[in-house]
Amino acid sequence: MNREEIKPFIAKRVAKELHDGDVVNLGIGLPTMVPAFLPENVHVTLHAENGIIHAGGHPGEEAEPAYVVDAGGKPASVQTGGAFIDSSVSFSLIRGGHIDCTVLGALEVDEKGNLSNWIIPGKIVPGMGGAMDLVIGAKKVIVAMEHTAKGRPKILKQCTLPYTAVNCVDLIVTEMCVIRVTDGGFVLEEINPEFTVADVEAATEAELTVSPNLKPMA
Amino acid sequence: MKRVITVQDAVAMIPEGATIMIGGFMGCGNTHGILDALARSGKRGFTVICNDGAMLQGPDGSECYGVAKLIRNRQIKRLIATHVGLNPEVAQQMNEGTLQVDLLPQGSFVEMIRAGGAGLGGVLTPTGFSTIVEDSEFVHSVVDVDGKSYLLMRPLHADVALISGYEVDHYGNIWYKGTTRNFNQVMAMAADLVIVEADNLVEAGTIKPENVMTPGIVVDFIVDGGEAL
Repeated sequence: MNREEIKPFIAKRVAKELHDGDVVNLGIGLPTMVPAFLPENVHVTLHAENGIIHAGGHPGEEAEPAYVVDAGGKPASVQTGGAFIDSSVSFSLIRGGHIDCTVLGALEVDEKGNLSNWIIPGKIVPGMGGAMDLVIGAKKVIVAMEHTAKGRPKILKQCTLPYTAVNCVDLIVTEMCVIRVTDGGFVLEEINPEFTVADVEAATEAELTVSPNLKPMA
Repeated sequence: MKRVITVQDAVAMIPEGATIMIGGFMGCGNTHGILDALARSGKRGFTVICNDGAMLQGPDGSECYGVAKLIRNRQIKRLIATHVGLNPEVAQQMNEGTLQVDLLPQGSFVEMIRAGGAGLGGVLTPTGFSTIVEDSEFVHSVVDVDGKSYLLMRPLHADVALISGYEVDHYGNIWYKGTTRNFNQVMAMAADLVIVEADNLVEAGTIKPENVMTPGIVVDFIVDGGEAL
């Protein structure tokens, strides 16, 4: 798989996890590519934690960047039927279980479903922003990321970096496979036909239980 | 009726070393006129409670957007925020040891401010449990309620809140446009001195009572941003 194919491939697979009518919060970067792969009959409502329900993309010439931005600080828009809300309501929606799914990247995920994605102490300290609230509040948490960081495993027995939250990840989608987090650890459910199970195991530090219904990832 | 003051008056009311809440998200909804003047004033030693450090470039291409100007000028000694990744000067000053940065989960941050303005003793949230947030001085304790663990977060309160409103009437009633409402609405309740910068200063009655987002009774002074900018 060429490098430039990786992110769209992951986004396309994540799109299959979303259902018509879902309220979804997407992290910055790769997750924002997901809506482009939704089938025509699936419409989701995008929530931007800085205060948009039914968020739309960059409105082009009609942009008012002084007044309407997304959670990445970029010019954004609101779609018909949407709303602007304040941060208190926005995070009440998040913690209160009103967001069906959040898709975000990770530095590390471990077999307890613990997630680390906001800090590399002493190196990169961007802050957690809304991530800690999103992963404890959203009904479904999908980690969408490249399987390794320059060959170094990110799917671990035990996270080494500070947690974003514990026991929060439901599904991991990478360019190699789809892994479900269960009470019994990681279950390999789908595999990109370009790779073997041995390839995936070699790129994963944690134990993987191969599902008896292992499917090709597409 | 609230007194309409100039940006210079507003700056004069902010003492050096004050704790200041600044509404806004990545600069959107910052009080740009007051912050420009505060940056020019050279006053320093502030503790700033603001979601972020804004960005080094504004949407119009200008250098240092909103609160980023105070960071550039090293006027802030402590920043209480949730995300500072879009302004690399924050990390730079952190690493130099000249800026203390306290990071809090965004949902906890906003509720702590709300609690500070609403007379509540704290916020019980599951967010941050079993993470290094537990080490923060803003966490009072870990509390078990019917078998579920929560962090008891302390309220946040400030000496001054700088609030950005799109339409503000002479009674101080505020209507926020687009996503600028963000933290402005809760911060307007949570400080001893509340100064609102009005993009448009309008006659009383222009904002329908049903559409008032922040009631003017919490506002102390109005800066006519239309004049200032």
